[in-house]
This record gives sequence, C-alpha cells and structure tokens, in this order.
Amino acid sequence: MTVISTTKDPDALTLTLVAQFDTSPDRVWEVWEDPRKLERWWGPPTFPATFTRHEFIVGGQSRYFMTGPAGETSRGWWRIDAIDKPRRLTFANGLAGDDGEPMSGIEPMTGHVTFERADGGTTMTAVTQFTDVEQMQKMLAMGMEEGMTLAIGQIDTVLSPVPV
Amino acid sequence: MVADRLADGAADRIFQALGAATRRDILVRAIRQEQSVSALARHYEMSFAAVQKHVAVLERAALVTKERRGREQIVRGNAPTLRKAAALLDAYEQLWIERTTQIAEILAGEEGSTT
Repeated sequence: MTVISTTKDPDALTLTLVAQFDTSPDRVWEVWEDPRKLERWWGPPTFPATFTRHEFIVGGQSRYFMTGPAGETSRGWWRIDAIDKPRRLTFANGLAGDDGEPMSGIEPMTGHVTFERADGGTTMTAVTQFTDVEQMQKMLAMGMEEGMTLAIGQIDTVLSPVPV
Repeated sequence: MVADRLADGAADRIFQALGAATRRDILVRAIRQEQSVSALARHYEMSFAAVQKHVAVLERAALVTKERRGREQIVRGNAPTLRKAAALLDAYEQLWIERTTQIAEILAGEEGSTT
C-alpha cells in the first residue's frame, strides 16, 4: 500500500498525506526535480501537466499548464521557498493567468514535503496548507472539466442551506 | 476524476445522512445548541448506541463535529464554511492519492533500469 494515511483538518485547512515507496529518497526526489517526471504525475490522469519552466532551487520559479480532454488548458505556477535535497521541500503553488504568470488577488497554497529513509524505502509526507475555501475551490477547478466545476458549484448549494 | 468523487463521496454522504428523520432532528438540535450524545439520546426512544450511530453518520457527512470533553461527547452543528472546507479537503485528498499512485507507477517502471 503506497498511501499510508491521509489527515484532513477543516479548521486549520490542511491536508497531510503520508506515503511509502520501495526506493531511495534520491529516486523519489527525482520525480519532483525532473520536470519530465513531474508532469507524469502532477496533473490528474485526465488533465496532464506540462512544465515549461522548473527551477528547483530556493526562489526558483516553475510555470505549467494542464490540458483537459477537450483541449482546454489551465495554468499554474510554483515558487520554491526552501529546498534540502533529498530531505525537504517547501513550495508555493498558485493560479496563473492566460499569460502564464501568477494571477493577482489569489493567494498560493503551500506544500511542505519531507522524504525520510524508512523500512528499506522512503516515507514521503506531503502537507498542503490552504488559505481559504475560495482558494481551495479555484485551485481545484484547474484540474477539472467545466461540467465538473459546475457540479462542484452545485455542492455549494447542497451545503449552504441549513434546516433550522 | 476528482470532481466525480467529490460529487459521489461528499454529496452522497450528505444526502444519505439527511435521509432519516431522526438524523435530521439530531442535526437541527445540534445546530441550535451543542450538546452531548447522552443529552440528545434522551429525546428518542432508542438506545444510546443507536443515537451514537446516527451521530456518526452525520459526522461522516461533515454535518456535525464531535468532540470529547471529559466523559461526554459533545455534538455541534457544523458551520457551512467548515462543511465546505471538509468537502473540498475530500477532493484534494483524492487528488493526492491519485498523484501518489502515479508516482509509484513511475518509480516501479524505473525499477531495474538503475539501482
């Protein structure tokens, strides 16, 4: 079992995923560092990502777009805030506009990832820190067809009215 | 697909949770005022365990939260924002599980090619 645990904290707006891989931290690190490997897993299967820029150094910037089934694209960016190969990585991940550059008015989410040698393999812990519900919704809509985004919108309707 | 699962998962759990009159009643009471499972149980002609099960269904749908205080379990109606956050976290959880699965596939494909 690759995924060991997931922990969701709706108060703190964090998601923590712990996974175990049967290989060294260096090899796991490579799927983050090598943009050709990164784009094979970052997007959902129906929305593969293409990284046009990926600077894996402190302050480094990444630019990517994801392509949906109908050819539609959505754009995003990373900024590396801390890096300690192959142990630790902190990065900001935000929405980009049509020009591919960071969109203003929406905060990026933050990812903290650690890689530890364990049981002959590597334990990867990825913590995603969100800022607010609006950001969570907009970022999620990136990897979804329009119809799916509408479906998410309908969930709002389901969730909003409280019978008292 | 992430959204499919959000729709299937979160929305189904909410509709299922609201499908029983007792649970709707428990939810309304918990929204009006937070209270213990035992206080809630006094309103119904069923066992404490049965009420606790209903509360668990509401909790899984993120409609209420349950918190242990001393010997009591306090049930509270969840604020809409918190419920929305919980539903969105479910979707991100699925996304990260998919990502992890894809990473494992990449690593497995490399096996043998290098050390």
